[in-house]
Amino acid sequence: MSVITYRQALRDTLRAEMVRDENVLVMGEEIGVFEGSYKITEGLLKEFGPRRVKDTPIAEEGFVGAAIGAAMLGLRPVVELMTINFSLIAIDQIINHAAKIYGMFGGQTSVPMVIRTPGGGGQQLGATHSQNIELFYSFIPGLKVLAPSTPAEASSMLRAAIRDDDPVLFLENLGLYNSKGEVPEDYARPENDDVATIGRAAVTREGSDITLIGYSRMAMVATQVAEKLAEEDISVEVVDLRSLRPLDRQTFVDSVKKTGAAVICEDDWLTYGIGAEIAASIQEGAFDYLDAPVRRVAMAEVPMPYAKPLETAALPSIESISTAIKETLSAVGKRVG
Amino acid sequence: MADTTAKPKGAAARSSGTRRRGRRNTSPGLGDEKPEALLDYYRRMLFIRRFEERTAQAYTQARIGGYCHLNLGEEATVVGLLDALRPDDYLFTNYRDHGYAIEKGMDPKKVMAELYGRSDGVSKGWGGSMHMYDTATRMLGGYGIVGGQLPLATGAALAISYRGGDEVVVCQMGDGTTNIGAWHESLNIAKLWNLPVVFVVINNFTGMGTTVEMSSAEPELYKRGSAFRIEGVRVDGRDVLAVRDTAAQLVERARKEQTPFLLEAWSHRQKGHSVVDPAKYRTEEQWEQARDAENDPIALFDAKLTEAGVLTDELREEIAAAVKAEVAAAADFAENSPQPDVSTLFDYTYATPVPNESRRMPADPVFAE
Repeated sequence: MSVITYRQALRDTLRAEMVRDENVLVMGEEIGVFEGSYKITEGLLKEFGPRRVKDTPIAEEGFVGAAIGAAMLGLRPVVELMTINFSLIAIDQIINHAAKIYGMFGGQTSVPMVIRTPGGGGQQLGATHSQNIELFYSFIPGLKVLAPSTPAEASSMLRAAIRDDDPVLFLENLGLYNSKGEVPEDYARPENDDVATIGRAAVTREGSDITLIGYSRMAMVATQVAEKLAEEDISVEVVDLRSLRPLDRQTFVDSVKKTGAAVICEDDWLTYGIGAEIAASIQEGAFDYLDAPVRRVAMAEVPMPYAKPLETAALPSIESISTAIKETLSAVGKRVG
Repeated sequence: MADTTAKPKGAAARSSGTRRRGRRNTSPGLGDEKPEALLDYYRRMLFIRRFEERTAQAYTQARIGGYCHLNLGEEATVVGLLDALRPDDYLFTNYRDHGYAIEKGMDPKKVMAELYGRSDGVSKGWGGSMHMYDTATRMLGGYGIVGGQLPLATGAALAISYRGGDEVVVCQMGDGTTNIGAWHESLNIAKLWNLPVVFVVINNFTGMGTTVEMSSAEPELYKRGSAFRIEGVRVDGRDVLAVRDTAAQLVERARKEQTPFLLEAWSHRQKGHSVVDPAKYRTEEQWEQARDAENDPIALFDAKLTEAGVLTDELREEIAAAVKAEVAAAADFAENSPQPDVSTLFDYTYATPVPNESRRMPADPVFAE
C-alpha cells in the first residue's frame, strides 16, 4: 500500500486507462495546455497529444454532446466539467440524450462515457460555484452516478466508470482533492483490474450505536465524526453510499436494522435532497427497527454566501453532525457522551 | 457561400415572388440523367408522400400515439439528400424523421411498426415517431429536442476523425434550430476541430407557427455558418436533382477536406407542424402557397418527367399502385405486429447490468420480499 492524494489517484488511473484502451480520450475546458483547473489531467497532453487530450471551447452543451455522439460510435470519452455547476449548461445533453439513447432506441446503442466533475462548497466561491446538484442526475434512470470518498475508491470507481458501457456521472469534490489515503501498490498500472462494483455501498467503519450515512466528502467527514465520537465511547457505524444511482439501499438498511438509529449527512440542501430518499428508504426498509426518527444534517437552504463565517455556518460540520447524533441517541434513551 | 436557387426571403409572406423565382431557377435539364434513376427518385418521393398520408390516417384512428410530424412537402429534399450519401455515412435528424429513416435504408415496415409502438418496430416500440434509429443503416436518430442532435452529430464526426475514417455525418434540422445554443456551439466545434459533418437546415419558413423572420435576426439561414467560417449553400428543396447535386458536392467536400459545411434546403410544409395542428396561424396566402402545385415537389417532378417523356400515364399508374401496395403492406405489418411484452420494461435502462438497478413497478414496495 502507498499513501497518495485523491487527486493523484484520479490522475494516475485516468492515465492508466488511456494507456490500456486507445478508445479512451479526455475532453474538457483547460484540461490540456492548462493541465486542468484542478490538475487532474496534469501531464496527459504531453504524453498522449492533442488527439486524445482535447481542449474544448467554453461550450458545455456542445462538447458534452460531442462526447455522447463519439461514444455512440464506440469511443469512450472522459469529459471533465470544471465544476458540477457548469453541468447545468449541458443538462439537456446529459438528461435528454446521454441518459435516454440506450432505452429510447430499444437498446441499439450504448453511450460509454464518463462525466467527471467536482462538487463542493467551503471554498468561498459564492452562490453559483458551490452547489451540490448531483441529485439532478441521481434522479434520472439511464445515468449511473458515482461519488467516491477516498483515493482508493476514486481509483477503482473511475476504472469501473470508464469500462462501463453506460453514461456515468462521476462526482468528485473540491474538498477531497488534497485528501490522502491508502491505495494498492499497483493502482496506476494499466493492467490493474481492480474495478469497483457500480451500485454497491460499503460499511466503511463498523459500529453499534448508530448508523451515519454519507457520500463523497461527507463520507470522509462521517469517518472523522465516528473517530471523534469513539473517544466519547459512542460507536458509530459509517456507510459510504459510493453509488447514488443505482442506490444500494440494502446496505444502509441492514446497518440501521443493527444499530436502530440513523443520521444522514449531506452537502446538498435538505428539502428533496439525497438524504430525503435515504430517510424514506430507511422508514420503509427498517421501520420496526428504528428507535428514533431519522435525522438529516444538510446545507442551510440559502444560496451559498461568500463571506467565510456565513459559508461555514451554512455547511454541515463535524460538530453539527456530532450534535445530531447525540440528540438522536438521547431520544433513543442511549447514553450521550 | 452560394445561393444556388431562388432565395426565399420572406417566402411564406411573399408568395408570388417565390413562385416566380422558383420557376426561373429550375434544376439543370435532364440531359445525362438515366430514366431509371429519375423514375426511382419519383417512386421514392411518392412513397414518402403515401407513407406519411397513411401515417396521418393511422394517427387520426389512434393507431399511432404521441406527437407525429410529417415530411409532406419535403420529399424532394429527403430523397435528394439521402441519395448523396454513401451507405456507411451517418445521419442524425430532428423529430420529422419518417422519410429520412426510410431513405437511409430502414425497412418501412419496421418504421411503421415503430410508429404503432409494436415489438417489430425498429426500436421495439421504445422510440415512436420522433425517435427512429437503426444501427445497421446508420440512421442514428430521430431526436425530439430541438438542437439536441447537433452536438451528437458533431461528436460522431469526431469519432470518425479520431479513427481516420472517411465517412461523413449529415445532421438535419429545422429552420428554428439555428437560434438555439447547441447550433452555435456545435458549428464552432465542428469547424475548430475540422470535422466531416454537413449541417442541413430544412427551411420551411415556419418553426411551428413562428416564421423565420420572427425568430431569426439573420433570416438568410445559409449565411449563418459564416460566423464560424463554414461555407453555406442554399438549394431549392422542391427540386430533387438540385438537392442531390448540391448535397453530393458538400458531402464529398466534407469527406475530402475534413471540414463542415452548411446546406439550407427550402420547401413548403404542406400541413400543420404536426398531424394535430390545423395551422390556424397561417394566412390565406400562406395556405395557398403550401397547397400550390408549384411548390409540391412531386407535382413538379412529375411534370418535368412527363415533359421529358420519362414518365408516362402507364408508368405513373404502375408506380402509384406499387407504392400503394407497399405502404399498405407496411401498415398491415404494423397492425399485426405484437404489442411489446410488459416483461421487457426493464430491459433497456442500462447496457451494463449492475447490482441494485430498480425493477420496481409503480405500486411495488421498495423492498420486495
